[in-house]
Amino acid sequence: MEKENKKNTKPDMSSDQAKFSRRDIIKGFATVPVLGAIAYGAYKKKQHDLDAIENLAQEIGKLGELPSLDASSSGKKIRIGIIGFGIRGAQLMTAAGFNHPTLVDSLQNIATTTGNDSRLRQFMESDDLNIEIKGVCDIFSVYAEKAQLTGANVNKVATGGQLGELPVIYKNYKELLAAPDIDAVIIATPDHWHAPMSIDAARAGKHVYCEKPFSWSVEETYACRQAVKESGVVFQLGHQNRWVEATRKAKQALEKNLLGQINLIEVTTNRNDPNGAWVYPIHKDASPETIDWPQFIGQAPWHDFNLERFFRWRCWWDYSTGISGDLLTHEYDVLNDLLDLGIPDTAVSSGGIYWFKDGRTVPDVLTTAFEFTDRNMAVLYSATLANSRNRGKILMGHDGTMLLGNTMTIYADATSPRYANKIASGDIKPATPIVNFIPGKKSIDAVTTATEAYFVERGLLYTQSGGKTVNTVSLHLKNWLNCIRNGGTPVCDIDSAFEEGITAHMGTISYREGRRVNWDRDKEIIV
Amino acid sequence: MLNQNTLKAYSGTQLTMLVLLRLAIGWHFLYEGIAKLLNPDWSASSYLANAVGPMSGMFKAMAANASLLKVINICNEWGLVLIGIGLILGFLTNLSTIAGILLLALYYFAQPPLIGVAAPLTAEGSYLFVNKILVELFAMAVLLVFPTGIRIGIDRFFFRRNN
Repeated sequence: MEKENKKNTKPDMSSDQAKFSRRDIIKGFATVPVLGAIAYGAYKKKQHDLDAIENLAQEIGKLGELPSLDASSSGKKIRIGIIGFGIRGAQLMTAAGFNHPTLVDSLQNIATTTGNDSRLRQFMESDDLNIEIKGVCDIFSVYAEKAQLTGANVNKVATGGQLGELPVIYKNYKELLAAPDIDAVIIATPDHWHAPMSIDAARAGKHVYCEKPFSWSVEETYACRQAVKESGVVFQLGHQNRWVEATRKAKQALEKNLLGQINLIEVTTNRNDPNGAWVYPIHKDASPETIDWPQFIGQAPWHDFNLERFFRWRCWWDYSTGISGDLLTHEYDVLNDLLDLGIPDTAVSSGGIYWFKDGRTVPDVLTTAFEFTDRNMAVLYSATLANSRNRGKILMGHDGTMLLGNTMTIYADATSPRYANKIASGDIKPATPIVNFIPGKKSIDAVTTATEAYFVERGLLYTQSGGKTVNTVSLHLKNWLNCIRNGGTPVCDIDSAFEEGITAHMGTISYREGRRVNWDRDKEIIV
Repeated sequence: MLNQNTLKAYSGTQLTMLVLLRLAIGWHFLYEGIAKLLNPDWSASSYLANAVGPMSGMFKAMAANASLLKVINICNEWGLVLIGIGLILGFLTNLSTIAGILLLALYYFAQPPLIGVAAPLTAEGSYLFVNKILVELFAMAVLLVFPTGIRIGIDRFFFRRNN
């Protein structure tokens, strides 16, 4: 040390060159080789990881890129009528690119006060579906007026901005269906109105996008299918989960038969807040003067005016299809999309009203077991509205297990014959996924409430398309609209809708009648 | 801080250990940066969105703001790489060390191991107030008060003679 210090304290030298001794050079650059070592190590590690992926890919094949969803909406502008503008109707309009100016206000407010601009950005950047809203109908006058201003907000403006032409408010949906300047309708009414409105719309030659479930009674399930098929209108049932990127990836994986023969599937619903249990707020301006109550009742048994029944209609069989129609159908439709299941051979349900003892008639806990005997498999559904643990979907095959939600993960089964060699060689580890798909990791969704968080996890709200967050409902509407413009069959067409409707009814009938319910394939009847 | 008397006072072993500590931390930073750069899907969003503790609101807002998140991601990836290279080469060592301490402080406060605060997804051990991030932060603080870059490192060419 002393020697070194002596050298360093020598008198100043005139040139830089002479400033540094050999010792300086060695000590100055002494650690440079470490950079080489880390570069070599990082390269070797990356190579090892790539080899492992390649090795696995040789066994299971590569899941290619998903087809782009950026279909053009060019062509004819489609003139839309909105029937029903409650919670769901407003959501559908948001997905179509229309928000009430006060809703834009609140999105702007959220963006400026919290710095979270994802919802505002998503709305402002949402696709132009090339539609115009010509008519609206809601039997609650406050909602009808909201629908009108929403439909007129073609420029996506906040309060005070320039609105477009106001759509016509129709007091009765039949008047809307008779309007010559409407090509297609979006139906988001209570369940007991889905089929009657779809039937009337089809007969009036209007294309139909109808919210799920397909029907409220078994009889109208057949009648609606017939009416749609006879009329030739384009029908789409509102199961947007088919567009969730993880679902589409799952379909690719199942086409490669990565799970082997599937023998058991578990699907679930878990919610634990009043909103999720359909205890929606009651609007302060709601009264017999502002609500057309007889039109609400429709084919349901008569009941005197009741605000709870109007706003929380999902809690009563009189207007609702309960958990089976409202929630099970989401799970079923994804499976039907993935595996082309069709209608089950049998259904057995049980459950009860165990938590929300608020006068409702539909259960808040439900389990249903479906058998698909020709497919040699069973589907087990269970739901509670009083616990929010997210259990996801589990598809169990002889060779592997798939966990599906907003992400998609596949594990090889420890005793799988197909993967036995790779498991023995250590190339496949049963505890490590062989496929792990997480969409759009570069950005996250804004979640505001527990129910909305639930929806995001289940993919009921958003999916990723090329890194941009896209509303799955928007994709579902676009698919329907482009089939109207260019021909073709929507992804959740009338046949899928019929299968969904019958399956949900089988679950409900089993619960209500306390018996095993069978589907007679040849006669197409529930027995 | 660049006290010549302190520097002169290091024994050979002390200097060696301090340089080894600097290299280890530099290696850790650099490889964290490289691993992030090599992963096209990496983003700070999930770390930020899962922030806990008293400052979590600020971190969550960072995650939710797309344009800000882009900047954060780039600063993070290249910050780690440059700090790592700085420490390994002993180049702008003190600046690199201070930048590293600031970065670690952000990591620490995004997910601090406090009582009653749920352990973050990334926690792999048992921590109370002190976690490995904080230990690394203090190790860097030690490097700041016991500098080595001007002895073993590129800084030798820039700073040593001027003193």
